[in-house]
Amino acid sequence: MEQDLEKIFQDKIDREVRIEPKDWMPEKYRQTLIRQISQHAHSEIIGMLPEGNWITRAPSLRRKAILLAKVQDEAGHGLYLYSAAETLGISRDQMYDQLHTGKAKYSSIFNYPTLSWADMGVIGWLVDGAAIMNQVPLCRSSFGPYARAMVRVCKEESFHQRQGFEILHVLSKGTEAQRRMAQDAINRWWWPSLMMFGPKDDESPNSIQSMQWKIKRFSNDELRQKFVDVCAEQVKVLGFTLPDKDLKWNEARGHYDFGPINWDEFWQVVQGNGPCNKERLDARKKAWEEGAWVRDAALAYANKKAKQKQQAAA
Amino acid sequence: MATMKNEIDFLLHLADNALIIGHRNSEWCGHGPILEQDIAITNIALDYIGQARNFYQHAAALINQNPTGIDITQTGNDMVLPATEDSLAYLRDVREFKNLLITEIPNGDWAHTTLRLFLLSAFELELFMQLLQHTDAQVAAIAEKSIKEVSYHVKWSQDWVLRLGDGTEESKQRMQAAIEAIWPYTGELFIQPDYATAACLDYAAIQAAWNKKVLAVFEEAGLHIPSKTFVQKGGADGMHTEHLGYILAEMQYLQRAYPNSEW
Repeated sequence: MEQDLEKIFQDKIDREVRIEPKDWMPEKYRQTLIRQISQHAHSEIIGMLPEGNWITRAPSLRRKAILLAKVQDEAGHGLYLYSAAETLGISRDQMYDQLHTGKAKYSSIFNYPTLSWADMGVIGWLVDGAAIMNQVPLCRSSFGPYARAMVRVCKEESFHQRQGFEILHVLSKGTEAQRRMAQDAINRWWWPSLMMFGPKDDESPNSIQSMQWKIKRFSNDELRQKFVDVCAEQVKVLGFTLPDKDLKWNEARGHYDFGPINWDEFWQVVQGNGPCNKERLDARKKAWEEGAWVRDAALAYANKKAKQKQQAAA
Repeated sequence: MATMKNEIDFLLHLADNALIIGHRNSEWCGHGPILEQDIAITNIALDYIGQARNFYQHAAALINQNPTGIDITQTGNDMVLPATEDSLAYLRDVREFKNLLITEIPNGDWAHTTLRLFLLSAFELELFMQLLQHTDAQVAAIAEKSIKEVSYHVKWSQDWVLRLGDGTEESKQRMQAAIEAIWPYTGELFIQPDYATAACLDYAAIQAAWNKKVLAVFEEAGLHIPSKTFVQKGGADGMHTEHLGYILAEMQYLQRAYPNSEW
């Protein structure tokens, strides 16, 4: 029986029919999706912090408004990704708990500090750029709610990426100090951005099964290469450089070659030892714990009102 | 000329109110107690930054049309000309800011933040309704646009005052504590600044409507106004709390550290 169901399931996947929440699915498929979607939702919520760090210091009212709207978008992404995960039978509170206890991960890029205004440009250009590269194929993910959420997320992310590039473009035309600020930000964020695509293919434990289930469409290394190829061209428009002496066009491969990634650093950050891991998690835990009385009050009030309504009706 | 200077000062007063309360609300972004409410307060902050821009832009246009004869400063610093929304927001100092004190006091907890917004936005709603009759069509137009947003701010914050006032024992205590702390800053709302000379303004009527509204909500929530109060005032004339200096130091840092740059 189970085998039949599994066969029907894989057949649907192969025919590119979307899996919906009420459809039968292998337990491991469900768990993989919960892990991936909640990790993605947590990344959006944690990702509000490094950029939120600059809202009160944005250098013009226009930039302030754009940044506020952008960080608000991230919160919105978190919201519909949590909702997509909830269709798989886990609650938002459970997911928060996994985040706060360290059981669930989030993108390690957000464990790096935002030190200058130029970081707002680079996060848009490189970090959102890498996110888009990862996420566009997810719009065709086999799980319906995730794929649909990603369509909207990707639209907004590509807008963010253009805004980030525009911040850098203005800095590139600015004073010497502004150009230095921008180049420094690119230097700091380039390598962590490449790490956003995850471990090398031969060290990525979940990849093969995810490809078979069409949760993923391209391998980590394929997407990383695509990202390098795009950025190596875009950086020329800005008149800045990428901090990689090995970056070079390879005619035979039809791709840019690039230098070795510091995987020790990657694993250190994943394991919680990045520069801001503690601050980010502490900030989320503080918001959650200090908000407990507010949520309790809202619930008590809603119950009170519902009861009054019931009594009025009786 | 006196009339023009008054209008510019009044526009700066409105713009500064919006900018500073927008700044305070934006401090919640990423730290709210509930994700949906984090989005809501960030959106409210965004509304206020938008209002500030509208008022500053109009003030800047009037300043640039009348570059001589208007002594716009209070502390002797030269006004940067031509004025822009950013020169007005980023290059004036504490004594030149005309925002009400209630906008600059720290956020405190969720009860303080939502109560402050309720008391302020209920005032703004009445004020902006009067500004619809302003003889300067641009002021009336900004007021009209702002009323849509402020109506939502009133509703959203009022709901929180009710919810917390009539929620749990703890939330009631916290909301009452917020009232005790913020009430002294409400008296300033109804002191008509000397430069608020537009014929459409009637601060006594604003106060009457505000009182009625606030008392009704407090009564429904089982909250009460403090028996002994003192009015803290002066913000509209540039006499601020110590908090504003830190807000401006943070907000203006890039413009001050990298002068004459485009961003």
